[in-house]
Amino acid sequence: MIHAVNLTKQFGPVTAVDRVSLDVADGEVFGFLGPNGAGKTTTVRMLASLISRTSGSAEVAGCELGKESDELRLRSRIGVLPENVGLYEATSAYQNLEYFGRLHRVEAGTLRANIERLLRMMDLWERRDAPVATFSKGMKQKVALARTLVHDPILLFLDEPTANLDPEAAKMVRDVILELKKERRTIFLNTHQLDEAQRICDRVGILRTRLITIGSPDALRTGLSGVRTVVRLDRASESVAQALRDRLHVPVEIDGDRLIVSVRDPDRQNPEIVEAVVAAGGRIREMSQLSASLEDAYLKIVRDAEASS
Amino acid sequence: MRLSQAWLIARHDIGIFRTKRGILAGLVALPLGVSVGFPALIVYILDQHGSADAGSYLPGLIDAFGFWFVIGAAMLPTAIAAYGIVGEKVERSLEPLLSTPSTDSEILLGKVLAAFVPTMIAIWAGSVLYQVLVDAVTRSALGYLYYPNLEIVLLVFVLAPLAALYAIEFSIVVSARVTDVRSGQQYSGIIFLPLIFLYIAGEIGYNLDPTVLAYIALVFVAVVVGLFAVSRKTFHREEILTRWK
Ligand SMILES: Nc1ncnc2c1ncn2[C@@H]1O[C@H](COP(=O)(O)OP(=O)(O)OP(=O)(O)O)[C@@H](O)[C@H]1O
Ligand SMILES: [Mg+2]
Repeated sequence: MIHAVNLTKQFGPVTAVDRVSLDVADGEVFGFLGPNGAGKTTTVRMLASLISRTSGSAEVAGCELGKESDELRLRSRIGVLPENVGLYEATSAYQNLEYFGRLHRVEAGTLRANIERLLRMMDLWERRDAPVATFSKGMKQKVALARTLVHDPILLFLDEPTANLDPEAAKMVRDVILELKKERRTIFLNTHQLDEAQRICDRVGILRTRLITIGSPDALRTGLSGVRTVVRLDRASESVAQALRDRLHVPVEIDGDRLIVSVRDPDRQNPEIVEAVVAAGGRIREMSQLSASLEDAYLKIVRDAEASS
Repeated sequence: MRLSQAWLIARHDIGIFRTKRGILAGLVALPLGVSVGFPALIVYILDQHGSADAGSYLPGLIDAFGFWFVIGAAMLPTAIAAYGIVGEKVERSLEPLLSTPSTDSEILLGKVLAAFVPTMIAIWAGSVLYQVLVDAVTRSALGYLYYPNLEIVLLVFVLAPLAALYAIEFSIVVSARVTDVRSGQQYSGIIFLPLIFLYIAGEIGYNLDPTVLAYIALVFVAVVVGLFAVSRKTFHREEILTRWK
C-alpha cells in the first residue's frame, strides 16, 4: 500500500525527514512513533501528497508521488486526519461530512448512506444537526474521523488521533480504529501513545528525523531486553540458581525470594525451568513473565539514537 | 480545472457567510443606498434648481453617480474574500480541504467565486433599480430616457466586474498574510484609493466618456491579471501548509 524509498524533506537548512524508507502492507496498521519534531507529520504530509518532497520517491495506494496526473486519484483513495481537526464550527456534523463527501464526488445516495453509517458508528447520529461548535473535543475528533472516512478510503493517515482527549474519549476513538482495522483498511497511525501502538499496531516504526527502527511491537520489546521469567520460591538459594544456569545456559539472578531468569523463548524454556527448579529441590510458589514494555523499548531506542548522533 | 469543483467550494463559503449579518447587510444596503439615494438627491436638486437647464448639468451628475457601482463592486467583496481565507485559517480547515481531490486553482477559484457572484448579483440588481428610478425622476426634466446607455453598460458589465476581481484578489493576497479578518480588511482600505481618484476626476469635470472608461478598463485588466499571478503563487498548497501563519 505504501512503498517509500529515501523520502527526504528539507525546510531551508533544516532536514525534517531524512532518507526514510518503509513499506506498509495492505490491511496493515502501521504505527509511527517518535519524539516531538521527529518528522512524523511531515512524513504523512509527503505521503498524502500535501507537500512536496525534497528527494526520494514513494508509491502510495497505487499512485506515484509527485506525478501530477496521479495526485487527485491518490487523494481520492486516501483519508487524512490532520493534527488539528479543522472542522467548520458554525455548520453541523452532517454538513461537514456532506461537504467533504461532495468534494470527493461521492454519489448523493451513497453519501447519505455513508454519513448515516459513520455518524451512527461514532454515536453522533442524534446530534447530527447541531453546530460542531457545541461539541466536546472528543466528539469533534470523532466527526473529523468520520470526515476522513466519508469517501471510503482504502488507506488512512491518522495524525495523533487521541492526543488531547480524556481517557474515555481516547478509548472511543481507539475502538473506532480497531473497528476500521477489522474492516481491513490500511492505517498509518502517528502517535505518542505507546500502549495504544502496542495494542493496535501490527508494526511500528520509530522516527527521529531518520527511521531508527521498524518491527512488530513485540519484536521491539523482546528484541531489546529479552524476556525474563520470574520464579518465586519458598527460599531462593544459590544452589537452585546454579542448577538453572547449568541446565539452560542462561543468566539467573537472585532477588530476595525470587529467581530472575533471562530467557529467549519462554514457551520452550519455562517448562524446563520448572523441571530444573523442582529437581534441585526448590518449591515454586509463583511464576510470572516480565518483559519490557514498548515504552521501555521506545525510550531506550530513542536515547541510544540521541547518544550516537 | 473543474468549474464544478470550484463552484462546490464557492457554494459552501456562500452558505457560511450567509449567516454573517454584517456581510449580508453590506450586500443589500450599499446597492440599495446608491440606487435609491442618488435618484432622491436628483429629485431634491431639480426641486432647488428647477428643470430649465437640467440638460446641461444632469448628465454629468448622473454619470458620476453611476460610477458608484464600480466603487461598490470593489467594496462589497473584500469582507467575503477576507473571510473565505482567514476563516479557514482560524478553523484550521485548509489542511483537510487541501487533502480532498481538489487542485489549488479550483480552491482559489472557489474562493473568488464565493465573493464575486453575490457581489455582482447585488450590483446588477442595484443598477437596474437605479436606472429605473433615475429615468423616472429625470424624464420630464430631460425630455428623454437617460438610461440605459453605453456608459452604464460599460460601468456595470465591464468595470464593476473588473473592480470586484481586483478587490477580491487583493483581499486574498492580504488575507494570506494576516491572522484575523479585521486587519485583513484594514489593508483592503487602500484598494479604494485609485477608484476614489477616478470618481473625483469624474466629479471635477474630467469626462468619463466611453473611450476613457475603456482605457480605465484596460488598466484594470492588467492589474487583475498581475494580481491573479500573485494570488496564484500565494495560494499554493506547499506555501499554505508550510508558510502561512
Ligand atoms: N513549515 C515548516 N518550516 C520549517 N520547519 C518545519 C516546518 N514544519 C516542520 N518543520 C520542522 O520539521 C521538523 C519535523 O516536524 P514535524 O511537525 O513533522 O514533527 P512531528 O514528528 O510531527 O512532531 P510532533 O510530535 O510535535 O507533532 C521539526 O524540526 C520542525 O521544526
Ligand atoms: Mg506532528
